Amino acid sequence: MSKHTLSVLVENKPGVLARVAGLFSRRGFNIDSLAVGETERPDISRITIVVNAEDSPLEQVTKQLNKLVNVLKIVELEPGNSVQRQLLLVKVRADRSQRSQVLETVQIFRAKVVDVAADALTIEATGTAEKIEALLRDLEPFGIKEMVQSGLVAIGRGSRSITAPVLRAA
Amino acid sequence: MTKPAIKPEKTDKPDSSGPTKQPSPLTVAAGARPQPAAKAVTKVVETPSSPKVIETVTGAQALVRSLESLGVEVMFGIPGGAILPAYDPIFDSRVRHILVRHEQGAGHAASGYALATGKVGVCVATSGPGATNLVTPIADAYMDSVPIVAITGQVSRSAIGTDAFQEADIRGITLPITKHNYLVQRPEDVPRIMAEAFHLASTGRPGPVLVDIPKDVLQARTEFSWPPTIELPGYRPTLQPHGKQIREAAKLIASARRPVLYVGGGVIKAGASDALRRLAELTGAPVVTTLMARGAFPDSHPQHLGMPGMHGTVGAVYALQKADLLVALGARFDDRVTGRLDTFAPHATVIHADIDPAEIGKNRVADVPIVGDARYVIEELITAVAAEHKAGHKADLTDWWRTLDDIRGRYPLGWEDPPDGTLAPQYVIKRLGEIAGPDTIYVAGVGQHQMWASQFISYEKPGTWLNSGGLGTMGFAVPAAMGAKVGRPDAVVWAIDGDGCFQMTNQELATCALEGIPIKVAIINNGNLGMVRQWQTLFYNERYSNTDLGTHKHRIPDFVKLAEALGCTGLRCETAEDVDRTIETAMNINDSPVVIDFVVGKDAMVWPMVPAGTSNDEIMFARGVRPVFDEDDV
Repeated sequence: MSKHTLSVLVENKPGVLARVAGLFSRRGFNIDSLAVGETERPDISRITIVVNAEDSPLEQVTKQLNKLVNVLKIVELEPGNSVQRQLLLVKVRADRSQRSQVLETVQIFRAKVVDVAADALTIEATGTAEKIEALLRDLEPFGIKEMVQSGLVAIGRGSRSITAPVLRAA
Repeated sequence: MTKPAIKPEKTDKPDSSGPTKQPSPLTVAAGARPQPAAKAVTKVVETPSSPKVIETVTGAQALVRSLESLGVEVMFGIPGGAILPAYDPIFDSRVRHILVRHEQGAGHAASGYALATGKVGVCVATSGPGATNLVTPIADAYMDSVPIVAITGQVSRSAIGTDAFQEADIRGITLPITKHNYLVQRPEDVPRIMAEAFHLASTGRPGPVLVDIPKDVLQARTEFSWPPTIELPGYRPTLQPHGKQIREAAKLIASARRPVLYVGGGVIKAGASDALRRLAELTGAPVVTTLMARGAFPDSHPQHLGMPGMHGTVGAVYALQKADLLVALGARFDDRVTGRLDTFAPHATVIHADIDPAEIGKNRVADVPIVGDARYVIEELITAVAAEHKAGHKADLTDWWRTLDDIRGRYPLGWEDPPDGTLAPQYVIKRLGEIAGPDTIYVAGVGQHQMWASQFISYEKPGTWLNSGGLGTMGFAVPAAMGAKVGRPDAVVWAIDGDGCFQMTNQELATCALEGIPIKVAIINNGNLGMVRQWQTLFYNERYSNTDLGTHKHRIPDFVKLAEALGCTGLRCETAEDVDRTIETAMNINDSPVVIDFVVGKDAMVWPMVPAGTSNDEIMFARGVRPVFDEDDV
């Protein structure tokens, strides 16, 4: 099994996310991460899906996904030639004695403090899944009170756009 | 491991604007002049190209006008609260509405109509329970790729999500069992969505499409004009096969020494039977037709080995197992055909042609994948194979045919008459096929009678064998036969049903009797859920848990009386001597539906059989009889 990042361009219509997500669960796949948002064209949305799968069942689910009438295009983005980011908000225990150490970690990871309380700091970080994981590992000893992560979003490197041909056709 | 072949984008698919196999509903629609509705306000807008009539109508009127413009002849349905606004304009419409007794009947009738005519079948139901009763026939149509459009009423937009009376999220419920579905949010969208629904149902790989319309959308005022513009940027089915793949396939076909044409239901859907016959005769290869493809190739043709699979002929199963080349045409390597997948056709190179790219490589890796409509694929294969032959490439199939003829000679389809003197069900079905002939449309339920009807009736023409293959829906026969008879009123339509199946949907005989739809029903009444009982005999030590229906022991229900109560003629036949006479009597009754209760033995079994989950090599010719395949045969 290996991780795959799929960018799925869909018509921005009610129920499309349910169709896409339902297809994965129906065919026995677990979605690791999912992010949806509008593209430069408001009538087209982009879903970024990370799944753990063997190549052959992934091919089958991709073909099934292509059959959904509202799906316009599917591209697999390789980590090597794409930029992949996720967002983390984490609330860390930080009383006076710990605060400077926590801030040091925040600086090393080029993260940001977005909220301060007497005994806690809320930190915002963006990056690859690996960077987020490393940051969390370093914050762990201070005590993580609460955390939330967005799904991964990804875009191909270089000047080519995966949306351009679709937009012309649509 | 190879990388998945992800299509970079749908627009890369070959152009689909080539000739279409059937007239798109829209081309039909474009020719039809909209008729002014009684209370509609009409105005004509001059556009540079053509005058376009725009009328003010209700959403319900827009729905009915759309159906008329799409060339719909008939719909099957039951009204109820949420769909009621639509039934008012239906009352005045030239589209015939047939009032069924249960929504499941409406759905299967739409499928039967579609399978018999090649056109889109239409069923209508109200919200909530009306819509959920359509779930089974929709799932059935999805599995067997049948073009139907289901129209359901929904509670008013403001009530959606409030658990209102008769509210069910039918769009959500049918997501995994429709090709596509809609919840109409605005009355002005009705014509476009109806046109899209018919286009989606009937093109590419056909399938069911559901359109759910809230009551207040049906009641609201809107403008109607025809034809609407279809907006389906993500839908471009590939019809024309890739030339390189065709040439590759032709080379393999010309050089194969043990080829088999493995023909599925896609060949019938594509109207490719004539082309298939030419390809078969050009190549000289044996042909097997799956349960969904019976009739795609004449059973009387010497190259036809019959049906493959769990209850296929020994010849057909053997041919697949020993083949060096499978040419799969509109077939999907279903588990009932392949048996244990890793031992299926172990020596074969696979050419897999299907209109649905997702079917290719799903169960069996394809060496030559071909995406396209079966008719175009076969036509192009004929040209390419003929070119190979002309270049002197043509393998000698004499040895292959010698082996196959020996096998089919030794293991023909047949049965032994029951030792207890009861009527053999196979005999009844065989005589029915012989008396009713190859122009009759035969419609089966699911179970033993279905397998016997597939085995012992000789199908010569496409569209004469309708059944529930993929979903295996008991109760399919009576309503589907009703739909087929409505679509093909001049054809004789025989439903061959089991006593279990018949009790699931026989209420539609009342519809048939009242609406003048004289179908004929042969109940193969063995008093039991026969196929389940067969498995209990073979795999559960003859412990017959809950399979005796009492239709023998207590004669409950009495099918003759039941038929009469439903406005049909009821006949009974219990001996072999009476079989022909009873069938002939039924053949001569055309002013009412006829039901024959054939009381047959309960111990007859369907043979040959590949037990579920085992290899096709384990095929049993009869109980305890394994065919002897000489390993040096090939």
